[in-house]
Amino acid sequence: MSSRELILGRVRAALRDAPVVAEVPRDYRPAGRSADVEVLIDRLVDYKAEVHRVSEAEVAATVAELVGEGGAVLVPPGLPQAWRPAGAFADDDLAPDRIAAADAVLTAAAVAVAETGTIVLDASPDQGRRIITLLPDVHICVLRPEQVVAAVPDAVARLDPRRPLTWISGPSATSDIELNRVEGVHGPRHLHVLLLPG
Amino acid sequence: MTTFLGMPATAPRGVGHLRGDQTFPQAAHDALGNSQLRRNLRHATTTIRGKSGKVIAELPDWQSLRDAGSAIKADVMARLPFLLEQLEEKVTAAGGVVHWAADANEANAIVTRLVQETGSSRVIKVKSMATQEIGLNEALEEAGITPVETDLAELIVQLGDDKPSHILVPAIHRNRSEIREIFLRAMPGVDPALTDDPPVLAAAARRYLRETFLSTKVAVSGANFAIAETGTLAVVESEGNGRMCLTLPDTLITVMGIEKVLPAWQDLEVFLQLLPRASTGERMNPYTTMWTGVTPGDGPQNFHLILLDNGRSAVLADTVGREALHCIRCSACLNVCPVYERTGGHAYGSVYPGPIGAVLSPQLTGVADNASLPYASSLCGACFDACPVKIDIPSLLVHLRNQVPHPAGERAAMAAAAYTMARPRLYANAQRAAKLARIVGRRGRGLPPPLSGWTAGRDLPEIPKQTFRDWWAARDSGVGER
Repeated sequence: MSSRELILGRVRAALRDAPVVAEVPRDYRPAGRSADVEVLIDRLVDYKAEVHRVSEAEVAATVAELVGEGGAVLVPPGLPQAWRPAGAFADDDLAPDRIAAADAVLTAAAVAVAETGTIVLDASPDQGRRIITLLPDVHICVLRPEQVVAAVPDAVARLDPRRPLTWISGPSATSDIELNRVEGVHGPRHLHVLLLPG
Repeated sequence: MTTFLGMPATAPRGVGHLRGDQTFPQAAHDALGNSQLRRNLRHATTTIRGKSGKVIAELPDWQSLRDAGSAIKADVMARLPFLLEQLEEKVTAAGGVVHWAADANEANAIVTRLVQETGSSRVIKVKSMATQEIGLNEALEEAGITPVETDLAELIVQLGDDKPSHILVPAIHRNRSEIREIFLRAMPGVDPALTDDPPVLAAAARRYLRETFLSTKVAVSGANFAIAETGTLAVVESEGNGRMCLTLPDTLITVMGIEKVLPAWQDLEVFLQLLPRASTGERMNPYTTMWTGVTPGDGPQNFHLILLDNGRSAVLADTVGREALHCIRCSACLNVCPVYERTGGHAYGSVYPGPIGAVLSPQLTGVADNASLPYASSLCGACFDACPVKIDIPSLLVHLRNQVPHPAGERAAMAAAAYTMARPRLYANAQRAAKLARIVGRRGRGLPPPLSGWTAGRDLPEIPKQTFRDWWAARDSGVGER
């Protein structure tokens, strides 16, 4: 008998009482409420992300300013050309040390959750492989207002589980020292959100 | 032999970390004498209770979310065989390989073999209760493979040659100056000018682990959730060490208890609201990674999922006790427990400490192997209130107390008491004898050995001058005391 058959047999034996389960009560607030961008900004700032409200035409200049002169900005291959600052280099299956050497990475996002201050990346061409938003110390993320949803159920409904997903709420942090939140461990220590107008 | 196959089984002895060397009262006695430990715990649990309470109060539907979480978990238990087979099918279809491990020994052997097949002599690990439970690090070291814990608290425990004492924050018993000392002593290449400022300590861990992350080809993780319907796995974390382990290596090996499966993708909308607020007291933890099998060109190209029983089927077989399998490892029950706050996690002897550990560990091992744990509680009920999936821990504790084997002396005394109390004449005589003892013996608060254990932690009530029966018999004669 394989371990698979053994375990499934044990579990079936354990359930010989055939427990009957009532339907799951879903009385919590469902998806579909309208999102408030001001709430998102408040929550992002509370978790030490920096928010910049800029027009689409100002993205490249804002990024250049944030990174500073000569800063190397990594972008995913599908990022709109208009957003890229001068000298930005695109990920083309770059080796990890090249990615880690970037001063900042600039991406789009899939969804943002206002109530929790969360940005979700789904590895679409304008967001790139997961590794590129992990190794650089600065992550700059451009968000369109129609990508902002009210709460977690809205985000779950919009996302495709077949894609690799990264939910990001503020910069890397830890609560491991006396249970106080400290920003900056292994992931990017700085998160900038560029919020475009509606 | 065949009759035993398929019977729910407890976790085997001699491997893993579900059994302590001492009983809870013995271990707690030592812990209570450590005032630094108690100060650290009080500070940390007070901080987290405040944070958690604040963000839970922001959600008007918190109780509805708890109800949904509880019901989803009950549904998972009832349909576990179907959900596990569905998960296996979906993970396999998405390019993953599913393994089944009946116990800790088998899980350790599978992981060791998979690591050896890659040729790597080192693995990076993201914090996982399941791999702590099965003693994976010891098994890997035995096979000449170096496991590197990458979670800050696990790293503190590993460098300090210590044991975890909390589900979420394994180094909760250490304060910042102790952590600084551990780093100075055990972290290769650490700056000797290291201060005890938490951001400085975190930066030291970042520097120390960065090269290891980039050069290690195999990672081992646990899983917070696995979605049967889609084959998606989720790991919830804070520091980014999880993202490193789940993204950078060629091979990812995930060890998951069979109870962690969830039916539907939509169910995450409940648990992603419950877990961070109950656990770290955040609206959302900094990072959550979700992956479904293998994505060409992005992340590990070899993914193995190990489904672990190790006693869970035995827990499931107890129609009351199975509720302990609903646990999502948030540790809210530890943070509100007056017993945990004073004794810390080591006293529980298992990787699962606190109230949930007191109901989970004895069931995973069989009650006889953790017989003191169901008593490691005042039954105050704070854990039940705090639990995001509404596990009725106090009722489970009482349920398990009824299963604890009692010593022969205690059994004999209780049988004698039952016999006496069922016979009015004998009972009256016994009461008179007790009154005599009051006159003859010195007034004391403790029983003599071998019964002294019972009165070590409680006062023996004083025997009244007059029994109720005497008073009742005498009440009309005017003799009785009022």
